[in-house]
Amino acid sequence: MTDAALGSGPQSGPTNDRQRQLFAPVRRSDKAFRAITTAAAFTSLVVMALIAFFLFKEAWPSLHKAGSSFFTAFGWTPDEEGTKYGIAAMLFGTVMIAVIALLVAFPVSVGCALFINEYAPLTIRRPLISLIDLLAAIPSLIFGLWGLAFLQPRMNGLSQWMNDYLGFIPMFKATLRGIYGSSIFVSGIILAIMIIPIITSVSRSVMAEVPRVDCEAALALGGTRAGMVREVVLPFAKSGLVGSAMLGLGRALGETIAVALILSNDFRIPSSFTSPGGASVAGTIANKFPEASTNGRSALIAAGLVLFVVTLLVNIVARAVVSRSKKPASPGRK
Amino acid sequence: MSTANPSLGNPAPGSLSGSISPTSTGAAVKPRKTRQFGLREVGQVSACLVGSMAGVAAVFAVTPLAGGLGFVLVTYVTFLVALYVLGRLTIDRKAGIDRVATVVIGSAALVVAGLLALIVGYVVFKGAPTLRLNFFTKTLSGVDPSAPATVGGGLNAIVGTLSQVGISTLVSVPFGVLTAVYLNEIKGRFAGVIRVLVDAMSGIPSIVAGLFIYTLWVVGPGKGYSGLAGSLALGILMLPTIARTTEEMLKLVNPSLREASLALGSPEWRTVMQVVLPTARTGIITATILGIARVAGETAPLLMTTFGNDSVIGPIKGLSTEQSSLPLFVFQQFGLDQRQRAWTGALVLVGLVVVLFVLARALSRPKKYK
Repeated sequence: MTDAALGSGPQSGPTNDRQRQLFAPVRRSDKAFRAITTAAAFTSLVVMALIAFFLFKEAWPSLHKAGSSFFTAFGWTPDEEGTKYGIAAMLFGTVMIAVIALLVAFPVSVGCALFINEYAPLTIRRPLISLIDLLAAIPSLIFGLWGLAFLQPRMNGLSQWMNDYLGFIPMFKATLRGIYGSSIFVSGIILAIMIIPIITSVSRSVMAEVPRVDCEAALALGGTRAGMVREVVLPFAKSGLVGSAMLGLGRALGETIAVALILSNDFRIPSSFTSPGGASVAGTIANKFPEASTNGRSALIAAGLVLFVVTLLVNIVARAVVSRSKKPASPGRK
Repeated sequence: MSTANPSLGNPAPGSLSGSISPTSTGAAVKPRKTRQFGLREVGQVSACLVGSMAGVAAVFAVTPLAGGLGFVLVTYVTFLVALYVLGRLTIDRKAGIDRVATVVIGSAALVVAGLLALIVGYVVFKGAPTLRLNFFTKTLSGVDPSAPATVGGGLNAIVGTLSQVGISTLVSVPFGVLTAVYLNEIKGRFAGVIRVLVDAMSGIPSIVAGLFIYTLWVVGPGKGYSGLAGSLALGILMLPTIARTTEEMLKLVNPSLREASLALGSPEWRTVMQVVLPTARTGIITATILGIARVAGETAPLLMTTFGNDSVIGPIKGLSTEQSSLPLFVFQQFGLDQRQRAWTGALVLVGLVVVLFVLARALSRPKKYK
């Protein structure tokens, strides 16, 4: 930046006065510093671009070989010559698991966020937030082991009940009455626990933007706390809550090890979500990668590329929704 | 529910229509006690709870209904109904709804806290009986597969985890902190874009990071599986956490410190390096520890980058050699049907993560840096 550009200010004094310089020119050392930090900040962009490039490069041979059947075929036999293979069954499983996880986790998370923000006494607020963050830090491997050893056997009763009394709904009737577990349902419940922290913390940050005056006005007018939550907090935070649910969905779509431990790679569309069967994209990659050979690995990388693109889109849209909802843009509000 | 005491008091007359409505004019307005939760309310709530439990137990005893989970769920619903009815009878409809909403919201928080306790407790319960000191000093090489889980240990896994996490920290902390400086101090033209990208990066599935390093390094210049490859994959997962947490911490630095430094004529880089970053030091340490806790338990990316190794491989040798790590140890032992050994490893892993987490929390008391 030159002196002429920087030396702004009205020239009111005598014309022969030197104009006072209001800003120091950017020093050479600062220019270097800015260049370094800018370069470091762009690593995220570079890494993302490299991920897309390298995954595509390695995935191309198998994608080329499979053609459009990669997205429509069900079986997964990329290492056997002349067979069709595709991620259709895995995609179905992934979406199904993520939707179950979201349906279970979203109400609990919003309730939890409401409790922390609106109900909890100040003394237990911080410990509760730490607790949620700690749940987020527990490795997914631990959730998987716990789910397999503790939760799965205890879900049989519920699966049985759903089979007996809700069997008229599609997918609720077990393929074989009495045989449950290793199912999409169990995976979904475990993932639900894993995505509670992110949905809770994002909803909480959105609800924290609700103008306190509005809440206090609601209470002052004689509303109950439940009324305030329903009429003030939730309408204000609505779009942010949608964003937080999408972020949870993004997490659930990419979750690997917990699902890999539960599901047993059955590449068919299961007729029931409580019966053993089903597969997910990420879980299949983890389970099949060590034993796959050349084309198998290429195909698994292609599946990973699909996962990368889907989660990236979900995440970017979700973040946009959340950050937009935090701006005080509702009509009639300053 | 005595901790969460919503407005259970008598709503002013005339506030029956709608959730929020002004009191009708003219009526004698009694002052409203918004946080009334005295003996009477405690008595009502516990009466509802005990009553519904007894009622449901009686129904379960005479009908074919059974099951622990079923009992809990039916009791819960009955309790809510009883609470509503009692609230409606003694005060009004809104008070009933308010009580039910309070209990539902409070139980959501209770469920989450209970789940965390259940998971951590179960890992301790399963892993503790076979945890011996030799888990930290011995490896599994030469140990018979049929030997009890108290024999041998996971030293190779512990050393592997420490070196992989250490290298990934060394790689990603500078990038993360500089990214945060760019976002909060330089506030460059691309700050908005970078923030979106960093957020998007934090949503990358960990297995994709593993596949990426596999395609970039393992089949390429790295010539095979190595601890370094695993460290790079972990570094990718760690970077967004460090960058965003550090940015939050830099926001807490008192702006007048920055202004004073600049006013005294020091260049921007000196202000950042000698004033801003040292002031936010504990914040940056917190960010780093949170990043470490985020990746220390990652398993999926290591399956295709480090592969595992039964002998103790230090950080230097790990640059080019296959290396084990705690999560991989647990996963592989579980796969080999050495479940008890896997639980012992899982306990050590959970312990590591919890210790890191508590450390990060202890350092990050929310305060404005002065």
